[in-house]
Amino acid sequence: MTTLAVLEQRDGVLRKISYEVVTAAQRLGDQVEAVVCGAGPVQGTGQVGTFGADRVVTLTNPAFAKYAPEACAQALAERVKQGGYKTVLFTASATGKDLAPRVAAKLGVAVAADVTDLASDGSGLVVTRPVYAGKASLRVRVKSQPAVVSLRPNVFTPVERPKAGAAETVAVNVPAGRVTVREIKAAPAGTLDVAEAQVIISGGRGLKEPANFKVLEELARRFGGRAAVGASRAVVDAGWRAHADQVGQTGKTVSPSLYIAVGISGAIQHLAGMRTSKVIVAINKDKDAPIFKVADYGVVGDLFEIVPKLTEEIRKLHG
Amino acid sequence: MKIAVCIKRVPDSETRVKIAADGKSLDEAGVKFVVNPYDEFAVEEALRQKEKAGAGEVAVFSLGPAAAQETIRTALATGADRGVLLQTDKIPQDPFEAAKIIAAELKGGGTSWDLILFGRMAIDDYNTQVGTLVAELLGLPCVTAVSHLDIDGTKGVAERETEGGIEVVDFSLPAVLTTDKGLNEPRYPALKGIMAAKKKPLDVKPVQPGAGTLEVVALTPPPERKEGKIVGEGAGAVGELVRLLREEAKVL
Repeated sequence: MTTLAVLEQRDGVLRKISYEVVTAAQRLGDQVEAVVCGAGPVQGTGQVGTFGADRVVTLTNPAFAKYAPEACAQALAERVKQGGYKTVLFTASATGKDLAPRVAAKLGVAVAADVTDLASDGSGLVVTRPVYAGKASLRVRVKSQPAVVSLRPNVFTPVERPKAGAAETVAVNVPAGRVTVREIKAAPAGTLDVAEAQVIISGGRGLKEPANFKVLEELARRFGGRAAVGASRAVVDAGWRAHADQVGQTGKTVSPSLYIAVGISGAIQHLAGMRTSKVIVAINKDKDAPIFKVADYGVVGDLFEIVPKLTEEIRKLHG
Repeated sequence: MKIAVCIKRVPDSETRVKIAADGKSLDEAGVKFVVNPYDEFAVEEALRQKEKAGAGEVAVFSLGPAAAQETIRTALATGADRGVLLQTDKIPQDPFEAAKIIAAELKGGGTSWDLILFGRMAIDDYNTQVGTLVAELLGLPCVTAVSHLDIDGTKGVAERETEGGIEVVDFSLPAVLTTDKGLNEPRYPALKGIMAAKKKPLDVKPVQPGAGTLEVVALTPPPERKEGKIVGEGAGAVGELVRLLREEAKVL
């Protein structure tokens, strides 16, 4: 039996999140085949074996230069139908959330979506998914053939487990798409998306005014390109920050290694987006703010004194 | 322009989650239900597109229990023309089963839809797929998580946020779109709208979803986070915070 790990590339370079999918696939104990759609060779597929892929297949077509939802779904569904895989794993990234249900529908099944844990017991696959704004966990047995699953990003930490990673390239025919990505308006150079950051420093109403976010940006810079600045719904709704930066129920769900909530009270809808972060730090002047209930470490007081001091300490640390 | 909007009745996000005696579902006693917030963007967009086109129909569909009539009335109060409740006591845990019922209704209802709108996800089950599954079942183009939309005749341009930037997507109508925050600012129902909604047609059709292939084993409280600590107060606590992040949490 084989698990198919669907990888993700951008501009011909494999996204690091792909290693998480391979790591999760490896856990199921079956053979692991990794697959990626690309316009040509995809840089980084050579390392996929390191994380436990027995085989790495690149499906090529010029249409795959940009994300081509219909073409990509068609090519993957055909591969799955031919290959007889027991399990198909996607990442629940922005692209994965779009792609996985398209493929699943072509296979006549649903996606077990945004999964934070998975295990194979004697009688099949059981997954865990956060529901109700993270206030409960749902354990689900996936009885479909194949089981189609998407994995919450940043939860399955890549583990090196070298396998052959034998490379194969297959040119595929795809239909002309009715949905085509014309262009990608890239974020300004040097900004990291909150969904991809290892460290997130988020600000809320406590920042008092939009210009004060520079205090958080300065702290983020001390993490040398690993950190992004996030925002609560209140400040996004007020127009201080872009929706792309919003963490929470109507924003992004993130699980960074370190989440620093600054001047954020911790409404349920914010917690829904960040409670699976590995380490949470809260800085707030109100010692009764709900954010302290989920924080591993809290500092009570004036953020305009605390954050610059933290920036200074981290600068000393990283030199 | 004929527009179908599919909405879901969900527990308010502030709801205290109590697990029912079966250990597999939410105890609904005392729970306040609302229109799924992402679906409000879909309803609003449908109203705006109809207004822009100058003519047409906005029909609201919901799969759910009898109480979801209220959810549909809320959408009718903001200006939608009619509603259809696909009534079942249990919304299937398998979103493919839900999609099959919705797709059958949209196809068999006698209307040829120019646009079919869904919220990009429901805030209760986080499945994030019913719209896409319906599009596939109907063989229609689909754009998900739309945060900006322009439609001109049978051509549409949508924007969607991804980790790498904003994708600008061309598509053709008829199409299925799922809506994200940022697309619009949903209107509130006016008193006049609420009164008018009571007289708008709302069909109730009993449906029987299949069991599907996703079987709930258990609904449990989320994994407990290790109890946190207040490191201290003010800038003086930062030294200790950094030490803990470095030595105990090992994240620096």
